[in-house]
Amino acid sequence: MPVSPEKQSTLSTVEILSQGMVINVGPQHPSTHGVLRLILTLDGEQILHCEPVIGYLHRGLEKMMERRPYRHNIPFTDRLDYLAALSNNLGICQCIERLGGVEVPERAKYIRVLLMELQRIASHLVFLGTFGTDLGATTMFLYAFRERELVLDLLEECTGARLTYNWIRVGGVPDDLPDGFAEKVLAFVKVFRQRLKEYDQLLTRNRIFRSRTQNIGVLPKDLALAYGTSGPVLRASGVAYDIRKVDPYEVYDRVEFDVPVFDRGDVWARYLVRMEEMHQSLRIIEQVLRDMPDGPVQTKLPKIFKPPAGIAYSRVESPRGELSFMMVSDGSPNPVRVHIRAPSFVNLSVLPCLLEGAKVADLVAILGSIDVVLGEIDR
Amino acid sequence: MGVKERLEKGLIKVPGGTILIAKMADIMAWARKSSMWSLTFGLSCCAIEMMATAASRYDLDRFGMFFRATPRQADVMIVAGWVSVKMAPFIKRLYEQMPEPKYVIAMGGCASAGGPYRDSITIVKGVDQFVPVDVYVYGCPPRPENLILGILKLQERIRREHLAEKNGLPKPVREPIIIPEAGATG
Repeated sequence: MPVSPEKQSTLSTVEILSQGMVINVGPQHPSTHGVLRLILTLDGEQILHCEPVIGYLHRGLEKMMERRPYRHNIPFTDRLDYLAALSNNLGICQCIERLGGVEVPERAKYIRVLLMELQRIASHLVFLGTFGTDLGATTMFLYAFRERELVLDLLEECTGARLTYNWIRVGGVPDDLPDGFAEKVLAFVKVFRQRLKEYDQLLTRNRIFRSRTQNIGVLPKDLALAYGTSGPVLRASGVAYDIRKVDPYEVYDRVEFDVPVFDRGDVWARYLVRMEEMHQSLRIIEQVLRDMPDGPVQTKLPKIFKPPAGIAYSRVESPRGELSFMMVSDGSPNPVRVHIRAPSFVNLSVLPCLLEGAKVADLVAILGSIDVVLGEIDR
Repeated sequence: MGVKERLEKGLIKVPGGTILIAKMADIMAWARKSSMWSLTFGLSCCAIEMMATAASRYDLDRFGMFFRATPRQADVMIVAGWVSVKMAPFIKRLYEQMPEPKYVIAMGGCASAGGPYRDSITIVKGVDQFVPVDVYVYGCPPRPENLILGILKLQERIRREHLAEKNGLPKPVREPIIIPEAGATG
């Protein structure tokens, strides 16, 4: 445990030696996936204590949102969790829709779910690539990014951007899908099923990879629930909690899919959950394309959008977990208060527990398996 | 004079092969411009595009760019993302730790001028307020093609600097290069 400087001067040599060595990881560190700083206290190879320091990307977003009209805030949400920009867009749009009582056309709902699942695949592929690199499997990075470019091509054709899409709008989506989009998505699904098998051969059956992930960073079920974690981190600890099933939004109650749950709670289980989620996303995409009705994609809204006074809350299952927005309106064009519940922020809070007693070499594996995005932690 | 003629002038045939003779400055300029190692330093969204630029499809290795994790081995720093007041001292220190000659690429709107967070109190309005920037790449985030264009322009500048040195001319003033944002079609 770190000791205060006043107490330090009174310690004996033996006591000083038994305190452990303090090292600083970050904020510029290749494996922290952004600018996270960890202050570690070590005893040899063992981590005694870990203190995460965040705030290196803080920009006061919730306050900035209060100064802008409702719909001008959608571009900011792209840059919250930049690996899953569309999930964030959907979160805030659902919240504004609930606040103003806006109806969304059927076709727009299907398009939203389609884009959401493509985005989930893109996000999990970044996890897979960086996680592989962290554990020494650099090839995985190149393979995962090769497939990610295929998803980005599809999303770019639909939305016109590669990373910050800003495509979900209040009351639907701005435009219909481009011609021949469904065929291209189905062709991608076919290719990607094959590629997922390749990943399995490369990583899941790899003995080095297994021994570096199995029984490492075990998160028990009660601890995961006590800390309020969500998403793959919670499902890897044996809790079947997915907002798409628990509180279905858009058309998730009309599609069939399974929620992968594993009981092990270690790094290996968190990796398996994400791999299985990509399979399920492909299933959802096929069903959505089959059932998609024709019709309009957007509800007409007034130029100056003033929802009635009240509070609205919405939650979506982003690739990282439960992402929710809360907005308070007083009838003016700008929100009075916005709160964002970022899944990475809550998931990161469990990191000191996981690292206590772990080896330093496992730090990157444990941190990588939580899959944090610093953009939404700092806000 | 084209590259081919210049090459042929320096080529000397000897029994068993060919020897290439060139001026030291030429070789130095060529070597330096084709092995710019950059610092792995992702801040936010632009870092993901930077990773995509380095990965399979765009493959920065073609231009001799290779990401190094430590500033001591880096020639160029790509600042990719918004810079907060808390982060700025670290960026300055990393820049100071890089060996000379060193170059900075400000990637994206945030690193160039604050981007969408210009009116936030915690964001520094552009990384050029505390380190000299050579190339500004616009976009939010810039497409990988745009970043590559910025890197190619920087390579051209490094080559020019050495040509001037060789001819005894004053070094060109390091005015920033600005890469405008490309449309969806590039």
